[in-house]
Parts: sequence; C-alpha cells; structure tokens
Amino acid sequence: MNALGRFFKSLFLLELLRGLRLTGRYMLDKKVTIIYPEEKTPQSPRFRGLHAQRRYPNGEERCIACKLCEAVCPAMAITIEAEPREDGSRRTSRYEIDLTKCIFCGFCEESCPVDAIVETRVFEYFGDKRSDLVKSKEELLAVGDRLEAQIAADRALDAPYR
Amino acid sequence: MADIEINGKTIKARDGAMVIEAADEAGITIPRFCYHEKLSVAASCRMCLVEVEKAPKPLPACATPVTDGMKVWTNSPKALAAQKNVMEFLLINHPLDCPICDQGGECDLQDIAVGYGSDVSRFAEIKRVVKSKDIGPLIATDFTRCIHCTRCVRFGQEIAGIRELGATGRGEYMEIGTYVEKSVSSELSGNIIDLCPVGALTSKPFRFTARSWELTDSATVAPHDCVGSNLTLQSRRNKVMRSLPRSNEAINETWISDRDRFSYVGLNDKERLRTPMIKVEGEWREIDWNSALEQVSKGVRKLVDAHGADQLGALISPSATLEEMYLLQKLMRALGSANIDHRLRQGDFSDQDLLPPFPWLGQGIEELEKVDAALLIGSNVRKDQPIIGHRLRKAAVGGANIMFVNPVDFPFNFPVAEKLIGHPAQMVRMLAAIAKALLDITGEEAPEGLTPLLENIPVGDTELAIAGHLKAAESAAVLLGVLAHGSQQLSSLRALAVLIAKLSGARFGLLPEGSNSSGGWLAGAIPHRGPVGQKTPVTSLVNASAMFEHPLRGYLLVGVEPELDSSHPVAATKVLEEAGFVVSLTSFVSDTMKQYADVLLPISPFSETSGTFVNIEGHWQSFAGAVAPLGDSRPAWKVLRVLGNLFDLQGFEYTSSEQVRDELKASCGQVEPSAEVGWRCPSDLNTAAGSLYRLGEVPIYATDALVRRSGPLQETEDAVVAAVRINESVATSLGLIEGDIAQVTQGGGSVWLPVVIDERVADGCAVIPAALPETAELGAIYGPVDVSKN
Repeated sequence: MNALGRFFKSLFLLELLRGLRLTGRYMLDKKVTIIYPEEKTPQSPRFRGLHAQRRYPNGEERCIACKLCEAVCPAMAITIEAEPREDGSRRTSRYEIDLTKCIFCGFCEESCPVDAIVETRVFEYFGDKRSDLVKSKEELLAVGDRLEAQIAADRALDAPYR
Repeated sequence: MADIEINGKTIKARDGAMVIEAADEAGITIPRFCYHEKLSVAASCRMCLVEVEKAPKPLPACATPVTDGMKVWTNSPKALAAQKNVMEFLLINHPLDCPICDQGGECDLQDIAVGYGSDVSRFAEIKRVVKSKDIGPLIATDFTRCIHCTRCVRFGQEIAGIRELGATGRGEYMEIGTYVEKSVSSELSGNIIDLCPVGALTSKPFRFTARSWELTDSATVAPHDCVGSNLTLQSRRNKVMRSLPRSNEAINETWISDRDRFSYVGLNDKERLRTPMIKVEGEWREIDWNSALEQVSKGVRKLVDAHGADQLGALISPSATLEEMYLLQKLMRALGSANIDHRLRQGDFSDQDLLPPFPWLGQGIEELEKVDAALLIGSNVRKDQPIIGHRLRKAAVGGANIMFVNPVDFPFNFPVAEKLIGHPAQMVRMLAAIAKALLDITGEEAPEGLTPLLENIPVGDTELAIAGHLKAAESAAVLLGVLAHGSQQLSSLRALAVLIAKLSGARFGLLPEGSNSSGGWLAGAIPHRGPVGQKTPVTSLVNASAMFEHPLRGYLLVGVEPELDSSHPVAATKVLEEAGFVVSLTSFVSDTMKQYADVLLPISPFSETSGTFVNIEGHWQSFAGAVAPLGDSRPAWKVLRVLGNLFDLQGFEYTSSEQVRDELKASCGQVEPSAEVGWRCPSDLNTAAGSLYRLGEVPIYATDALVRRSGPLQETEDAVVAAVRINESVATSLGLIEGDIAQVTQGGGSVWLPVVIDERVADGCAVIPAALPETAELGAIYGPVDVSKN
C-alpha cells in the first residue's frame, strides 16, 4: 500500500461502504430496543425494586420488629420504632424506608426471618416531593397487598436455591 | 497461693479459688451461664466444662477449686467437645424466637452458641412450652426461654434477701416461678433482668422498644439517694431508653435499686415543662427565654428594691447538682440574701452550727459490710438507700449485729439483732438509756449537762444489749437515717447518737435524703454557711422550714415541688400562693405549681445536664448529659449563670459546668470529711404526752419529682397508697377499725384517708405518708395530728 492505493480507496469510498455494510446488516436484523413504556424487558424473579411489606394469609402483618433489616441496611435507609401491641405481641409502631437513601442491595430481604420485607419487581414510582419517597408502613403494606400473588410466586421460584 | 497452669500459661491463684475465677483474672475466657461472681456456685449449666490433667472426665471450672500444680485446658479437643455437647443440650428446649426476644443482641446464649455451639441441631422432637407468669410491673417473663441457671433464684436468696422466685419440678419439668401467683417486690428486683443470661426475664417498661445495638451508652450517676450508684443511661435518637448499672465495687458493686433503674420512664412525662411560661393576669403564656429571664430579673429587682433582699428566699432540691446549688447560693448571696436551703424535709435545725463541713457516712460504703455491729436510728435503710441496706444485709448475714431505734418496726430482709420501737420523743429517751448503759460500762464521765437528765431514765435489757454489742464490736457504726432527719428531735437524736458512737468507739454517720445533700453543704446551699463552711456575713438566716413559717415576699424554687417536698406542705402552698413573686425552675410542672408560680423556667433533669453529685462518702462524681435537653429546656446551671449576668453580678462568666465545679473544688482544697459534732445537751428527755403524732415517712417511690412520674414504679407494691397506719390500741382509742375512712386534720388542712391497722407502728404514732398528692393538704410531716372518725 502506498499513496496510490490510498487514492483509489478514497476515490471509490470503500471505507464508507464497509461501514454501511454493518449498518445494513443491523437494519435487517431483529431489533433489541423496545418501545418503553408500551413494551418492557423481561424481569428476573429476583428483581429488586420497590419494597413491600407482606401479610400472612389471615391478614396478620408478618413484621415482628426484630430490627435486623434496620441493622443490616448499609445505607441506613430504614427507621423502625416498636412497642407491644394491644394483644402483647411485638410490632412496629413506625416502619419507614427512605427510597432516596436506598441502594436496592436486597440485604433487608435477606436478613428478614419472616419474609416480611421484600423487594418487588416494581421500579416505576415517583414522588412529587422528596418526602413522598419515604415510604411508611401503611404504604409498604399496601404495595404488599396489591402484589402478593406475584411476590409469593417469585419466592416460590427462588425457594430451591435458598 | 497455688501455682496452676491454664492452657499452658502459668498463673498464681488464690487458695480456695475456683478455676473459673483464676481464669477470669488471667483474662482466659471460659463460657458460663449459671456462674456469677456475686452469687454462690450452682454448677448447674455445665457450660464451663474444662479438661483437667488426671481427671477422667471434664470438670466444671466454676466448682473445681484450684490445687497446686494443676493443669487445665479450656480449649483442648476434649473440653471443646464437652462444651459443644452441653450447648446442644441447652438448645434442645430453647425456642428459636430470637427475632422477637428482647435479649437478642445482648444474649449470653446467642453469643456462646455462636462461639461454642454446633451449626445444626440433631433434635427433631417437640420443644417444651412453659406458661409465662405475671410477676409485677417491672419484669416481663418468658419462661419457655429459661435454661435453668437459677441465677434469679440465688439472687433472691442471697442478695435481695427474699425468697421470691423458686424452681419447681426437675429436669424437663423444671419451672421458675413465684410461690403463689404474686409479684416480685424486692427494691433490688430489677437486677435479675441483668443477671438472666437469656430472655426469660426482661425489663417490662423497655419491652420491645429498642435493640442493644442501636443504643448509645452514657455514664452517669443515680440521682435518687445519697449512695451515688453508677449508672449507664442508654439512649437512642435523643431519648433515654433505659438505665443500667455500671460496676463500681466501692459504691454499688454491680447492683442498682429499682428506683435508679426505672425512674427514667418519668423523664419524658407529659408534665415535663418544655418552654418558659409566664402568668399574665392569671393566664399562662409561653414566651421565649430572653423575655422570661428579663421578667425574672425585673421581678426580683423590684422586690429587692421595695422590700430588701431579705424578703427573697431560695429552695433547691437535695438531688440538684453541685453546680446548680453553688450557682444558686452565689446568686442569692450576691443579691444580699442568705435565705437558701436544700434541707427541705428536715425537722430541726437547732444544732446546725455544731456540724462538720458536710454530712458524712463516717466511713466508706464498702466498709459497712464489714461492721460487726451497727445501730441505725430513725432509718428504713432498706427502702431509703437500698444499696446501703444491701451492704448492711451482707454484714448481718455474716453475723454482725444490726440494731434499730425506730418509730416503726420496719420489715428488714436480714436478721435484726435488737430493736427499740417508739415515738420519736421516746427514741431520744431510748438513746439516752443506751448512752447511760455505755457510761456505766466504760466508766467515763457524762458530757456537760447530761447527768441530771439521765437520772430517771430506766435502762432496759434491750438498751443494755445494744450498748454491749456496740462496745464489744471491733468495727461498729451508728447511723442517723432519713426519718431521724425529718423528726423535730433531730438535734437531740444526733447529740446522743454521737455520744453513743464516741463511748462505744463506733463511727458516726448520716444517711440524709436526696442524692447530693453532702454537695448542698459543700456548695453552701444552706443559710448559715457559705461554700465550704465559710461563715456568712448576712444576719438574717432563714432555713427551709422557717421560709414557710415566716412568709417572705419572693421565692426562687429549683427542682422543688414544695407541696410535696417540704416539711410543711399546706403552709408551703399557702405561703407561695400569697407571695408576690415566685419563680420556679423546674423540669416538671403540676397544676398546683401553676397556681402559685409567676414564672416557670424549664430546666433539664439529670439525664440532660452535666453536673456533679457528692455522695455520702464525700466522693465527687461528675457526669455529662446523656441526651440533649427536651424542647426549650436548658441545664439549670446555664439558667442561673445567665441570671447572674442579667443582675450584672461579678463572677458569673462560666462557659462550662466543669468551670463551676473546679472553682468550688479549688476553694474546697482539702476539706476532710468529718463526723465531729460539737456537744449540745438535749434540753429535755421527757416524752411529750398527749396527742397523736404523725410520722410522715416518704415512700420509696415518692422521693422526688422524677420518681413520682415513673409509671411502672407507681404500679409496684412499694408505691404507697395514702392511708393512716396505726396500731390496734391507737385505733381502739380512736374508735376506728381497719377500712374506716378517717378524717385527718392538721395544720389547717383536712383530708379523708382509709385506716390501716399495722402493729409495726409505735404507740401514739400514725404513719401518714408525705410526698403524696393526697396528703399535700396536711401540715407538718412530723408533728401532732388529729385523726377522728368523722
């Protein structure tokens, strides 16, 4: 190759055509991009999204205020206050997750001895104000109530590996 | 000394020591559950099994005495296998409920299971379940978790002196319980919470509220009695969550009283004052600190200008810190008034010039357990100073003769060698008789003026025995208790007690109320002496009692609720209501206080301020606040400092409470504690015959504003219900029977109280407790009282 070779290469736009070949191949290929939000990518059953608090089938909240999730949380996103409930059982009187602090590591879920705090597949949520992203116990329980079927199915799928 | 070898390390051990003690001293850890250094050896948990040379089987380290040349391995394969197997047995019946157990995170079983246990259990059968029992408002039980170490049972027998808890059944069927379904009532009961190695006994007020890992520890000192027990306050997010003992062998060992343990519940009571308030035309208004302090300085200035500084009086709680007392007296004296006192419930001030620089126990608290004989005068030491009571109990169990001269035959948890029960005036005669017996034994000359008085005092067998025990003892103590301090015969009792101590070679000591009355004297919160016993230049000296007998025009109250804390409640309330200007620096505000006060300034209780308490041994113990002041409240020393500035007074430029303390400490120099009391002959030893005499004992859980607001303590058996306690013969003469509602009239006030027949009360006396709202309408807490059927 010398000056003559470079001259013909640029004269016949060889490099451009080589590039266009790649473009042409992808134009005819199957598309990987999706049209979000109409279309969505598949999720693993282990997906770690918005938190939820679960209940037992009889409606009793699972959380027993052991505070392990609060202790394990590396971002200190969980705040718990507890006291004996009227029936004498150990319950939280306040359970808050600050989603602006949360790093979605899933340690809270791992540490929970009663599978009360879980992370769901929901990742689409927003807050008008910063304080909207501090989820209270009621909100978390509501998420759990709404998604219990999926949460339970996901736990069942993952159970053999635990 | 025996030379032994543990894990190849040669150790010198005390003869007769157990292997575990030698190992602990050498810093070698042996796991244990039932062994506790302050309790007897039970050797029931078997967790401390160790391998000993030439022993065929592993031996429990807690019950194996050391012998010379012994070789022990705590971590040999044999020892570890034994420990692992014991752990497996212990866990057979232990529930896996750590997540809901309050002990989780501070549990010996949890920790030792991780260190010495196996990963999995081979036990697949059903675990046992034991029903929990209700043993009172302080301790929560969950006996399914019990591992039968019997620490709580041994504590009851050996330390608290009441066999309250016991074990029934054997093996798997063994259960801990009370004899009959009843609550545990010892004043030291809370210590079994600390002793329990698992979560079978936990604190009820603390139940489920926090985990040990979220709590911040702050070292502090107990504010309720003159012992000065060392505490650890644990707080979370700026709130005190619980109070635990901090070991101090010289003071409280590892124990604290329930009062020190559970009083924290009152800290955030709904009656806590959070913002400064002033009364404007009868209406209470919240204002800011600047305006409030402005109002105080304006009001005080106006009063002093119009009527003179003599018309201003200050009262401070005997449980206030040294710094608060010092600054208050400095402020008062700088304003020109010496009317300041902390001896709120004292009944007699006539011998105050003869006293040493500050009240002293006459010995270390530790020495009390080594006495051979002790005479306590007017003292319910078990309830007034539980830790001192515990020390005396140790002495009594060891064979010492503990003797009492009391107006009520209080139940003690140790053998009482001799006791004399009588009316306070009779108590003086009893002491005189003991002194007479001692004068006879020693052949010494009676001090000036006493001989004629002793002539017609009969000496009974008990008096002789008391004198004999005191004289024979190698180490003896004569102590004057809280009841004696309240009675109007205090000076006579003190003079004779000092004489008895001198004649018998015993040490004389005082047990006053409050956590800082020694500090009160040192700081100069007394009218007749400035800091460190300096004579004061001002002549008008009005003490705590006189302040209400001869009304002044203005009062400064610091941490005091006079309607409950003074020696003459009804007079105090009346005088304060009529006074022109009353400023109350207080942590808690009651409706009564709102009636008489003009300005309320919120101050921090002991948990939120730095300060110093001087205990009855003369030991200065400083502490820092555990949490920040609640709401707008401020440490009282800061408030007093700013008041000093507002009055343009010199020497109020402190920036820390330590500066205040150091200033006082520097001027204290080397003030030696002393029990030397000048002799002053009692004027008269005749018993005042006649009317019924009120004994206004202060119940253990009513001593100060904080304790009175601790809910759990108010639910215990020791929380006294207001009643008239009289013996059968007094009741008969008054025509009363048990359960009657009697009218009690005293000092212009009158209340209706139920009658309780109690043979422990001396003739001619009626126990009508002080410091209760029900009796706040009555007069002198020690004095004549009128009880009638209707």
